Amino acid sequence: MSRKTVATAAEALDGLLFDGMTIMAGGFGLCGIPENLIAALRAHGVRNLTVISNNCGVDGFGLGLLLENGQIRKMISSYVGENKLFEKLYLSGELELEFNPQGTLAERIRAGGAGIPAFYTKTGYGTLIAEGKETRSFNGEHYIMETALTADLSIVKAWKGDTAGNLVYRKTARNFNPMMATAGRACVVEVEHLVEPGQIDPDHIHTPSIYVDRIFQGAVFEKRIERVTTREPEQGAV
Amino acid sequence: MAWTRDEMAARAARELQDGFYVNLGIGIPTLVSNHIPPGMSVTLQSENGMLGMGPFPLSDEVDADLINAGKQTITELPSSSYFSSSDSFAMVRGGHINLSILGAMQVAQNGDLANWMVPGKMVKGMGGAMDLVAGVKRVVVVMEHCEKSGAPKLLKACTLPLTGARVVDLVITDLAVFAVDKAAETLKLLELADGVTLDHLRDRTEARFVA
Repeated sequence: MSRKTVATAAEALDGLLFDGMTIMAGGFGLCGIPENLIAALRAHGVRNLTVISNNCGVDGFGLGLLLENGQIRKMISSYVGENKLFEKLYLSGELELEFNPQGTLAERIRAGGAGIPAFYTKTGYGTLIAEGKETRSFNGEHYIMETALTADLSIVKAWKGDTAGNLVYRKTARNFNPMMATAGRACVVEVEHLVEPGQIDPDHIHTPSIYVDRIFQGAVFEKRIERVTTREPEQGAV
Repeated sequence: MAWTRDEMAARAARELQDGFYVNLGIGIPTLVSNHIPPGMSVTLQSENGMLGMGPFPLSDEVDADLINAGKQTITELPSSSYFSSSDSFAMVRGGHINLSILGAMQVAQNGDLANWMVPGKMVKGMGGAMDLVAGVKRVVVVMEHCEKSGAPKLLKACTLPLTGARVVDLVITDLAVFAVDKAAETLKLLELADGVTLDHLRDRTEARFVA
């Protein structure tokens, strides 16, 4: 076993968790979420978390599991429409929420991992999102300044990884995972397939090993789908 | 009388051009993909990280790792590509997407758009809508002309929090099509649905428009 590989999600998180910490969690909806690490966070019981993630799972799965266990204090997200418990906790004031436009959220995390403290974007100019933020004009267009996001820990899901920590994502399960891998002070990754170095073509690696601190092959991947939508076979189609 | 949802989508599809890269929002805009003219090449972007969205899968093709921004299962095409959310919004913000077609709660005569929150009610979030309207070259709104209560949605000024200021170029409703003249802060009526009179339209439109 290499220095970075561990056997289980619990072992991967060992010594990294403390109440009040900030955690980034990859995924878009339930697609590409680190479901083994989320389950281990729930089992551990770490509380008072600020969670940076595009969504907050659904009732009973994904980050919804931490929500129903009372572990999340604040969410930084772009869309939370799928979660009834979220709505209840938010309206009762038990949960804090900071909305970011999806592209701004992605870029804030990218900037955080790339050592860029802030950037300017057109997104949100003239809206509630711009309130209290510095604005500036470039070439006659208006922009608002957004600051970088980092976290104490990022939890990432990749499809395949090697024991050195090189990662490959699959299809739209990539989403926020690559940026989050760069922006956590510690980065823990679960993969569906853990392989030896050399088994991934270096030209095909999406996240280079430097960003990854611990990696393990997940025990179970339920990979729940929010909206199974299908078409009927066409008549006469092969 | 008024256009159906499918007729509105068909009208929106007339804004497509060969070679366009297009982002379609949830709801009626999604139906636009059913009206792409045969022989026209249009590439659909899904802001969760895909170019070249294919149709919904057959039941034995469903893949949990392959969804659109509405979290529906989809398929890939031979020309498809995948990328991260930051790459996706670099495309959006960087002006590389030709057309964004999305729904709205309110549109104002100066092109202001509101479609992400109703204060005092549950706020679901803006998702990628603020980035899309800020960055995409041409923004087309497809929406019902009035709310279910009958209240107009085409207004002198939006009363809901904005998604973007002066961003809408064209509005397609079940009653009419309007271009937005942002400089003049006036809508220009381009088309009326069959059987809809100008008086009928004026009764249901608060925004200033020229016929």
